[in-house]
Amino acid sequence: MKEFAALFAALDSTTSTRKKTDALLDYFQRAQPADAAWALYFLAGGKPRQTVPTGLLRAAAREAAGIPEWLFDESYDVVGDLAETIAHVLPPARETVDLPLHVWIQERLLALRGQAPEDVSAALKRYWSELDTPGRFLLTKLIGGSFRVGVARNLVLRALSEASGVDARLLAQRVMGYTDKQHTPDAARYALLVDPQVADVPAESGQPYPFFLAHPLQSSVESLGERADWQVEWKWDGIRAQFIRRGAQSWLWSRGEDLLNGRFPEIDATHALLPDTCVLDGEIVVWRDGRVQPFAELQKRIGRKTVTRKILAEQPVAFLAYDLLEMAGVDLRARPQRERRERLEQVVAQAGGGPLQLSPLVDAPDWAALTALRGESRARGVEGFMLKQREGRYGAGRTKDVGTWWKWKIDPYSVDAVLVYAQGGHGRRANLYTDYTFAVWEGDGQARRLVPFAKAYSGLTDDEMRQVDQRIRQTTIEKFGPVRSVTPTLVVELGFEGIQASPRHKSGIAVRFPRMLRLRWDKPVHEADTLQVLRDFIAESAALRQG
Amino acid sequence: MHADRPAAAWKIALEPSSKDLVVARPEGLYCPAGDFFIDPWQPVPQALITHAHGDHLRAGHGRYLTAEAGRHVVASRVGPVELQTLAYGEAITHHGVRISFHPAGHVLGSAQIRLEHEGRVWVVSGDYKTGPDATCAPFEPVRCDVFVTESTFGLPVFRWAPQRDVFDSLNAWWAGNAAAGRASIVYAYSFGKAQRVLAGVDAAIGPIVVHGAVATMDEAYRRSGVALPATKSVLDATPDELRRCLVVAPPSAQGSAWTRRFGDFSDAFASGWMLLRGARRRRNVDRGFILSDHADWPGLLEAIAATGAPRVIVTHGYVEPLVRFLAEQGLESGAFKTEYGDDEDAKPADEPAAAEAP
Repeated sequence: MKEFAALFAALDSTTSTRKKTDALLDYFQRAQPADAAWALYFLAGGKPRQTVPTGLLRAAAREAAGIPEWLFDESYDVVGDLAETIAHVLPPARETVDLPLHVWIQERLLALRGQAPEDVSAALKRYWSELDTPGRFLLTKLIGGSFRVGVARNLVLRALSEASGVDARLLAQRVMGYTDKQHTPDAARYALLVDPQVADVPAESGQPYPFFLAHPLQSSVESLGERADWQVEWKWDGIRAQFIRRGAQSWLWSRGEDLLNGRFPEIDATHALLPDTCVLDGEIVVWRDGRVQPFAELQKRIGRKTVTRKILAEQPVAFLAYDLLEMAGVDLRARPQRERRERLEQVVAQAGGGPLQLSPLVDAPDWAALTALRGESRARGVEGFMLKQREGRYGAGRTKDVGTWWKWKIDPYSVDAVLVYAQGGHGRRANLYTDYTFAVWEGDGQARRLVPFAKAYSGLTDDEMRQVDQRIRQTTIEKFGPVRSVTPTLVVELGFEGIQASPRHKSGIAVRFPRMLRLRWDKPVHEADTLQVLRDFIAESAALRQG
Repeated sequence: MHADRPAAAWKIALEPSSKDLVVARPEGLYCPAGDFFIDPWQPVPQALITHAHGDHLRAGHGRYLTAEAGRHVVASRVGPVELQTLAYGEAITHHGVRISFHPAGHVLGSAQIRLEHEGRVWVVSGDYKTGPDATCAPFEPVRCDVFVTESTFGLPVFRWAPQRDVFDSLNAWWAGNAAAGRASIVYAYSFGKAQRVLAGVDAAIGPIVVHGAVATMDEAYRRSGVALPATKSVLDATPDELRRCLVVAPPSAQGSAWTRRFGDFSDAFASGWMLLRGARRRRNVDRGFILSDHADWPGLLEAIAATGAPRVIVTHGYVEPLVRFLAEQGLESGAFKTEYGDDEDAKPADEPAAAEAP
């Protein structure tokens, strides 16, 4: 546990890739397989389900620290992170013990699940009293299910590759699905993973390939050269997934490496139509009336344990296939995009019709025609185009070394909105007011008032954030716990990807991916946009969809 | 939405009483009986100064009174002014108010100001810490009826490790860097923290280089009789020395051309704020050493208890939590609205450092 806490602290305290890799390498070289199995699980983004409810965690910490609830909450507001707050408010450790990571996880942490609250509370207090501050922080993060570490998976794999002698690309392949909730890491599984002698991934395993990710297109599309060198598709706003058939079984993996089997039975059912042993890459979307539906529709199915008949009828899904990664057991990722596409079309033609569909190619003859067509994106319910190099191979992660995928997204909607509430940030932004609520005007004359409609916390530079933080402190009207209401003085140009009517929101509107595009220090508050502007967006997009 | 949340039921309310020995005025904390100000932020005829950090000591007052130990640092910060000093514990009486200065343990020359008038005793602490510091006299509890305290780190998450542990890890970090042939730059506020770092490190590890802003204050410390290890300017260091030296520089030097002279280096920041992960990461240095010149939460409570004061007034920092906590402990507590807390050390590490004194 001490070693892993030290590794976490090392990764957390540097932005240097070299230093991170060194720390990881050092850890993997020394760790016992049973511990390394869990360390890799956490570093690769694995999260065991929360073992202790947050309320119980907080109560136990307050009791151990001997402080009232309000004072704990004040501290939490300042620190911005629950585990860190707990690690610091507790009295210093009496005597620290150093147990191996896997013992902490398997025998102590996972064992807490389902126990009586008073037993959990007593166990927590005992565990905390046995750990120093970094250890407590880590343990509490793991218990709360909010462990996250600022290290790219590729970096972890590079270090593990160096430590084990297994090729990093092969490791990337083997690690796919390692963090899935249905598996528990153990020494045997880890040993198999890092064994340079072991034969490649057995064909009967349902592991996906590392997803190939696109880069945002920043320069002009003409800079890409010949139109003919690029395969163009619509960019869908759904869940990226790999659909795998091997023998009688199928697997549906999200890009977050969650196994989605059972969540989309319409898609699962099509696997028998696929040739044996093949892997498709594509997008899960809600598909109704012959067209894609907004992401909000898909959201109604995400997170539902049981798929009811009503949902199947109202939010039917489709798998829009756009790549073929494996066929008859042969890895096709090194084949050019055009060839993979050709073979994909054959596969889907045989199997298609129902929920399994081909993501169509866009056949505008030149960049100019394509640019014109891009204007229809919103009406078509897509986010723009995907541009894929026809000669490119299928890479691993966000790379450009063997081929390139560009996402050429449409400009977001934008409005000038007024900052009305602010809340402290977390982690790197703790202690700063960085999470904002924005409002637009509604009504006329005396009745004119600001209606909050969106929250945003991204898009600003560190410097801008500090300036806004200062403005918030100067203009605070009232504090409600961690939230401050401010005198409206600051207009911000807000961008967002989608907009929908929503009875659940006070403003009657829900926006997708709101973020700050620009601070408008110059703009007087009364010139900010109105709710009517937002309603017009909705009407416009509805009209486009029907037209 | 937010408006639905219960608003904090509790609000700071402190009715000024005509009997109070110290009140808050727009110019600063004021003693009506003695007709003088304490650490005023606007120009006044007579100013008592707790210590020489910028938010407590400002230029432009008529006359200054401070602790003798702070004579040179005050002069170094505001230049030639009409300055009178008192030794710690020595008292004078002014308009019937007995004034004396007592060590606050914050920085060289820092003092709690004790005022006694018609049987009432008030102590204004300025900034203080209860832990050890080789560069100044240690904090001394003073019994009083009303204690005016800071609360820079007035939350229970702030708890400092023993100073020895901090310096052990700083020394180990420096020695490791020196062995690897790179400089170790510590950013520390040029007045107070920088000298505490210098006095606390193991000078046997290697040469020490200081930034000009730090050297100026070092000079005032040495003139005051504080022993600091030998240091040199970057211009006087040999290339070999530059590769294994400890460098003490103000935070404003971070990312400046000045640091490029050291080639490959590791950097660190020394401040109480380094306890917070977010502040540490925003600073963007290799290491954060949690070294504060302010009392931590246990230190504040201990210092307050030691005064025996039934009434406590909080000036700056996390004011509301401390006021409320003390009230719940049965003390009469309140707050003064002040402009303190803008000095470099009392500032959260995420705010840009103010321009350093030359």
